[in-house]
Amino acid sequence: MTASSAPSTAPGFFDRLRAFYLRSDAAKGYVLLSPVMITMVILLAAPLILLVVYSFWTQVGLQVDTTFTTDRYNDVLGKQSYHDIFWRTIGTSSLVTLVTVGLAYPMAYYVAFGVKKYKFVWLILLTIPFWTSYLLRAFAWKVILGFNGVINSGLMTLGVIQEPLEFLLYNQTAVVITLAHAYAAFAILPIYVSLEKIDRTLLEAAADLGDGAWARFWRVTFPLSLPGVIGASLLIFVPTTGDYVTPQLVGGPTGQMIAYSIQVLFLKVGDWPLGAALALSSMAAVGILVMLFVTAMQLAVRQIR
Amino acid sequence: MTKPTRAAKRMGDPGGFLAIFALAYLLFLYVPVLFLPVFSFNDSIFVTFPLKGFTTKWYEQAFADQDMLRALTASLQVGAIASVTATILGLLGAKAVTRYRMPGQNVVTGLIMMPLFIPEIMLGIALLILVNTLFIPLGLFTITIGHIMLCTPFAMAVLTSRLDGFDKSLEEASMDLGESPWMTFWRVTFPLVAPGIISSMLLSFIVSFDEFLLSFFLQGQQPTLPVYIWSQLRFPNKLPGVLALGAVILIVSCILVVIAEWVRQIGTDERKVGVA
Amino acid sequence: MADNIIRIENVTKQFAGGVKAVDSANFNIERGEFFSLLGPSGCGKTTLLRMIAGFEFPTDGEIYIDGQASALIPSYKRPTNMVFQSYAIFPHLNVFDNIAYGLRKDRLSRRELKRRVDEALAMIHLEGFGARRGDQLSGGQRQRVALARALIKRPKVLLLDEPLGALDKKLREEMQIELRELQKNVGITFVFVTHDQEEALSMSDRIAVMGKGVVLQIAPPKELYEAPNSVEVATFIGNINLIDATVRSVAGNEVTLDGPGFGQFRAPAIDGLKTGQKLTAAIRPEKLSLTASRPGANYVEGTIKASAYLGDRSHHHVHVKGRPTPVAVAAQNMDRSMTIGIDPSKPVYVTWDPRSLILLKS
Repeated sequence: MTASSAPSTAPGFFDRLRAFYLRSDAAKGYVLLSPVMITMVILLAAPLILLVVYSFWTQVGLQVDTTFTTDRYNDVLGKQSYHDIFWRTIGTSSLVTLVTVGLAYPMAYYVAFGVKKYKFVWLILLTIPFWTSYLLRAFAWKVILGFNGVINSGLMTLGVIQEPLEFLLYNQTAVVITLAHAYAAFAILPIYVSLEKIDRTLLEAAADLGDGAWARFWRVTFPLSLPGVIGASLLIFVPTTGDYVTPQLVGGPTGQMIAYSIQVLFLKVGDWPLGAALALSSMAAVGILVMLFVTAMQLAVRQIR
Repeated sequence: MTKPTRAAKRMGDPGGFLAIFALAYLLFLYVPVLFLPVFSFNDSIFVTFPLKGFTTKWYEQAFADQDMLRALTASLQVGAIASVTATILGLLGAKAVTRYRMPGQNVVTGLIMMPLFIPEIMLGIALLILVNTLFIPLGLFTITIGHIMLCTPFAMAVLTSRLDGFDKSLEEASMDLGESPWMTFWRVTFPLVAPGIISSMLLSFIVSFDEFLLSFFLQGQQPTLPVYIWSQLRFPNKLPGVLALGAVILIVSCILVVIAEWVRQIGTDERKVGVA
Repeated sequence: MADNIIRIENVTKQFAGGVKAVDSANFNIERGEFFSLLGPSGCGKTTLLRMIAGFEFPTDGEIYIDGQASALIPSYKRPTNMVFQSYAIFPHLNVFDNIAYGLRKDRLSRRELKRRVDEALAMIHLEGFGARRGDQLSGGQRQRVALARALIKRPKVLLLDEPLGALDKKLREEMQIELRELQKNVGITFVFVTHDQEEALSMSDRIAVMGKGVVLQIAPPKELYEAPNSVEVATFIGNINLIDATVRSVAGNEVTLDGPGFGQFRAPAIDGLKTGQKLTAAIRPEKLSLTASRPGANYVEGTIKASAYLGDRSHHHVHVKGRPTPVAVAAQNMDRSMTIGIDPSKPVYVTWDPRSLILLKS
């Protein structure tokens, strides 16, 4: 080659930068990752940090006093009605989680182990509700459970009852039913994935070592599907503790949950610092409960030998 | 032995009882929702049995409603922008995490996936505080950025699973044969990832189109369709119209989901053959 | 000065986590030669190849391709092309479009493009396969398509990353001959990565043996086998008997050594030997022979512990008193009556020509 292509003696700054970029996987990776990273920092991390900051301020009329104070948390902790609605929320969400996971496990098991043909069709059938409008599904239950709703009018038409059943709508049971239905797909998919991943020869090995069908399930299948069960529980429990739509539509006065109180503080009363403190303290409490739950589950399953 | 015995059955096979349970479960999933289309054709303002008679007037009424049409337009706009943006962001992000190893990668993916694990009300109030702090007026713009944030983890998840196992030597082969990274993307990566991209856009669009709570907190003068429907629920005489509208939305969503999942599925089969 | 198409100067590649995949490699590849990088998996040979291709970049040092420093040149601007281990046949394109892939941006006329691709298809004996999709091809056909796709770019250097690894034995042997022929015909420099020593020996002009990121020896196949420069190379290429020996006396071209089980024996001298020095003497199994009667000189006595009959030859493990490991002997089966078999009660004698011994300093 000609002399011009001989190695240059002093590489410039940009050459060195370019060499570093070409050499570094991390640099290339972060260049690609930066758009989504920056977006999520601005639209998720920053707002959550602002939320925390707000919870240490004070609402004075239409203004916010930005002096640091923990009074909002004291307000939240000192108010009995917040305690009541928080624990009711936890109760409702726990019940929903239990019902949903309990129903979803056999379903997921059936698709993973029982379905031989058309597994894909089953999976699509179980995923569709996951993607379709949550609002409309909650609304459907209002229509079904209502005083003049599908169940009452149906039963009356059939002559089973004379008067509409009042206990169907506007209470905690209605909330649990609606949420269990709404979150069904959240439970099935994680459990299905963890069941499908189980190596079938493990079951053969268990059978070979003398385990019957139930023992195989309890000693092999169930412990191995636990990550799916825990994942499903979290995907139901955490979002439902913040649910707003369902209690509003079918909950009535006794079915209200914490999201309603937060919404009132933000959109009606206009006390954002108090709303922020309420939201954060309930989420922190939920987080602690979740950690306790996960630890307890893992410890419990470790007892299975 | 001529008949297959219990032992010959596949390991873990649950047998017939679970099949009945599974069918019952499907009924539980679908029947409640089916009441919406059923009653949307019922010639009565009340949603009660017995059914009165067949009518399409609720559909006519719903689609003659100018407010509804404006809300629909708004939702389509927001959904289109949010799904395309989330998919582009998700594609770049998924490419980065599947192709390169980076320090701090788990923290970043954790942040991106966080909206899936946080109650929407938290996201709603946090974003409300952000736009308020930045003096951004509430409106379709604020709803759109909220939806971008919400859709991105879905897009990222769909595309990461698509790109996972993507044979990187295909891209290297293209670069080796003289194509720049940009042309390599268009000539190799894009065609092979296209099913994932379509799937991601459709699913993100559905998430945005159905989204209520974020829009509820971030809305200005112009509501999106779910917010509009919410406002109509207060008026009993609007109920049949909402049923009709809801039936249409559900059916269109179902079709889109089936397409999205189907595209994703055939795509993966093809890819597996190609790389084998 | 030799015409070096590739110069590798002090190249080191360190991955995140501190592992040195390649440690100060320093050698040249001549224009037009068939050059192999040979070593066990994880020895850094593929990393070195990928650095030449521009998929990895050296942490230190420089690679010159046709005289040009390559640190700032991305893979798509290098005059090298690669045949990938997985072949990397684009699954969304048919054979024609796969082969034409690298020509599209040259904006050739349709007729010229077709001529070039047809020519390439003829070269790899796949005429009429243009419309097939990648997944309709057998392993050998995919390998040929990958080859044609790279060669059609008329690269200055063709890089091959274990291209025959996925093929079965018979096809692999056919392809070895075909590849060698092809290389002679096109006259392009081939850099060939393999872990298969026979493959490297039969095909290459020169071989670089690598181990743990270090280039151990670069030599033509015969030299590598007959005159390895280290114990690592000697043991990696073929089988060899090692004797921990001590120098007793040096006399001109000949040295007398002392080793466990072997007693005093003679070997050709190498430079810089001193009396009392410890080194390793090595001899290939096929350079040893067995006899039932005691020879005059250059022998050890032992008993056969194990034998493997391989048709054309037999491998024997001979136990020699004082030696921890048995001596391996490969004997041609020259007559049909097997005169020497396993009989622990009878002594056998292993003999050799002293010129066959190799001395290796540690």
